[in-house]
Amino acid sequence: MVNKTQIRIALRNCGLINPERIEEYISEKGYMALGKVLTEMSQEEAVNIIIDSGLRGRGGAGFPTGIKWDYARKSVSDQKYVVCNADEGDPGAFMDRSILEGDPHSVLEAMAICGYCIGADKGLVYIRAEYPLAIERLNIAITQAREFGLLGDDIMGSGFSFDIEIRYGAGAFVCGEETALIHSMEGERGEPSLKPPFPAESGYLGKPTNVNNVETLANIPVIYLKGADWFSGIGTEKSKGTKVFALAGKVNNVGLIEVPMGTTLREVIYEIGGGIREGKKFKAVQTGGPSGGCLTEKHLDTPIDYDNLIANGSMMGSGGMIVMDEDNCMVSIAKFYLDFTVEESCGKCAPCRIGNKRLNELLGRICEGKGTEADLDRLRNLGEVIKDTSLCGLGQSSPNPVLSTLDNFYDEYISHVRDKKCPSGVCKDLMEYFIIEENCVGCTACARACPVGAITGERKEPHLINPEICIMCGACMEKCKFDAVILK
Amino acid sequence: MSSVKIELRKDQIEKIHSFCDTFNNAHGELINVLHKTQGEFGYLPAEVQEVIADKIDMPVAKVYGVVTFYSFFTMTPKGQHPISICTGTACYVRGAENVLAEFKKQLDIEVGETSEDGKFSLSCLRCVGACGLAPVVQVGEKTYGRIAPDDVEEILKEYL
Ligand SMILES: Cc1cc2nc3c(=O)[nH]c(=O)nc-3n(C[C@H](O)[C@H](O)[C@H](O)COP(=O)(O)O)c2cc1C
Ligand code: SF4
Repeated sequence: MVNKTQIRIALRNCGLINPERIEEYISEKGYMALGKVLTEMSQEEAVNIIIDSGLRGRGGAGFPTGIKWDYARKSVSDQKYVVCNADEGDPGAFMDRSILEGDPHSVLEAMAICGYCIGADKGLVYIRAEYPLAIERLNIAITQAREFGLLGDDIMGSGFSFDIEIRYGAGAFVCGEETALIHSMEGERGEPSLKPPFPAESGYLGKPTNVNNVETLANIPVIYLKGADWFSGIGTEKSKGTKVFALAGKVNNVGLIEVPMGTTLREVIYEIGGGIREGKKFKAVQTGGPSGGCLTEKHLDTPIDYDNLIANGSMMGSGGMIVMDEDNCMVSIAKFYLDFTVEESCGKCAPCRIGNKRLNELLGRICEGKGTEADLDRLRNLGEVIKDTSLCGLGQSSPNPVLSTLDNFYDEYISHVRDKKCPSGVCKDLMEYFIIEENCVGCTACARACPVGAITGERKEPHLINPEICIMCGACMEKCKFDAVILK
Repeated sequence: MSSVKIELRKDQIEKIHSFCDTFNNAHGELINVLHKTQGEFGYLPAEVQEVIADKIDMPVAKVYGVVTFYSFFTMTPKGQHPISICTGTACYVRGAENVLAEFKKQLDIEVGETSEDGKFSLSCLRCVGACGLAPVVQVGEKTYGRIAPDDVEEILKEYL
C-alpha cells in the first residue's frame, strides 16, 4: 500500500532489502548509527538524543524510551541486560513480526546501542514460538553480525562488547507484560509481579534490565543518523514520529501501514484503507487489541496519538486496528475480547481472574437475551473495579472493550436487554425466523417441514411463523425455494 | 494428568536426557527443554515430564505448572492432520466462529480434541498474521484463506 500520507521509519527497509544479507542492510547505512554512538558519544550524550527525540514505547504503554534508558543507565550493577519484547500477543497485530522478518538488523543494531547506553553487554530477544520465519531470520542476522564484528567482543575496536541470544515464548499473552516476560525467560510460569521494583532496577535474574518493543527499537538507528530534531518534527506535540498499524477487518485494503502520529482515523480508514468493503456502513474501529476500546463515527476526525486514544477510552496498544461495519454486533465484540482475556488471565490476582469471568458471564447472558438493564450497571461497576484493582496491565485494561462499547454503543446494549433484539443480527438467541409476505407464494413447503407446527397459513396465501412455538431449527428456511424465510 | 500410562523406551529417555544436557540441566532453561522435547514427541505426556523433572532435579509439580501455563505445550497427542482455526480479531470479525462451528459439526469433536480415528485434531490459534486472508484455517502446514462454512467439507475431503 503506497500512499502519500504514509511515512516509513520503522518499516524503512522492509520489503526493500534482503533481510538475510547483512551487506544490504549495511548499504542502507546499517550499523552506522552504532559506529557513531560508540566512537563519538558518551553514554549520557547518547541517551539524551533519545530523550530529545521524544520517542515513546510502541509496545503499549507509551513510556518515553529515553527516560527508561536513563533509569537503567543510572542503576548500579555489575551486570545489566537489554531485552527486546517480540512476544506480540495482540490477536490481529503483526507489525513486530514484519519488522523482524523484513529488517532484523535494525533491531539488533538498536539493542547494541541500548547496551552501550545503559552499560549492558548482553541482549535477549523474547520471541513467540509461533513466528518460525522471524526466528530463522533473527538467527541468520545474529550470526552475520557476529561474523562482521558488529556483535561480540570489542565491537569496532571501541572496547564495547555486546552479544544477543534468543529466548522463546510458548503462547501466553500475559508474557508480553515485561515482568511476566522476565519470569518466563527465567524458565518460570509467566506471571507478572508487582512494580516497583521496575525492571530497570531489578529485572532478569535480579539485574537491571531494559525492556523495549521491536518497533520502538527499529526507530532507534534512524534517530541517530537523522537527528533528534528531525524525529521530533514528525507527529503531534506529545507523540513523536510514526506508528505502524495492522489495518484489518471490513476495509477494502488491509495490511500494514505506517503513518505519522496525529493522522486521523478517517484518513486511515478511507484514504489508506479505501473505505468499507461492499459499500457497507462504517460502525466502529477497535484499537489497542484486548486492552483497547471501540471508537466510533464521532471519533473519526480525532488525530491518533497516545493521549487522544486514552482520552477516548481506547489505547494505542501495539497497533492492531480492526474496522467493523454494520454487520458486527458490539456486544458480541466486547464478549469476544473478554473471552480472550478470561483465557489469557494468568490467575494470580482475584479481580482479573474472577472479575473478568463474571464480566464475561454477564455479557453472555445479554447475548442470549437473558440480560436486564440492571446488568448494564453491573457491567460498568465491575469493570471499573477490575481496572482499579488488578495487579498488572492485563487486568487493568481488560474491561476497556466493555466500557468503551457501553459508552459508545449504549443503544445496542439496550436493544439486547430491553427489546431482546440484536440489531446487527449476530446474536443467534435473539433472532427469529420470519416470513416475508411479498416473497411467500403459499406453497406450504415450510409448514409441512416444521416439526412443531409453528407455521400457519392457507394454500396460496402468505404463511406466518409463531415465534412462541418455533424452536429455531431452521427447517423452514432450508425448504423455502423463494427466499421468503429470513432470520432477523 | 492423563490416565493412560505410557511406557517410554530407553532410547526415548536418553533423548530427553540429551535435551536437558544441551541446556546444562539449568532450571532457567526449562522452557527451551520443553520446546525441544515437544518438537520430538509431538506432545508432553506426564511420563515425559517426570523424566525431565528427575533429570534436572526439579519437582514434577513445577514442570507440570510450566507445561500447563503455556498454551503452546500440550499433553494430548495431535491428530495426523492438525486443524487450526484462527480466532484472532480480524478472523472473528469476518466470521471465524461459523467456520469453527462447521468443523466441530463435521468432525464431531470439540476444540482441543482429536477425532476417534486419530486423523484430525481441532485447535484455535490467535492470529497467524495473515489478517488480509481472514478468516484463515491451517491444516498441518497448509493455509487456507477466506474460508466460509460451505468450504469446510471440501477441505476435509482433501485429507480423507
Ligand atoms: C498484558 C500485556 C501484554 C503486553 N504485550 C506486549 C507485547 O506483546 N509486546 C510488547 O512489546 N509489549 C507488550 N506489553 C508492554 C510491555 O509490558 C512493555 O511495556 C513494553 O515491552 C515496553 O517496551 P516499549 O517501552 O518499547 O513499548 C504488554 C503489556 C501488558 C500489560
Ligand atoms: S491482572 Fe490478570 S494477568 Fe495480571 S497478574 Fe492479575 S490475574 Fe494475572
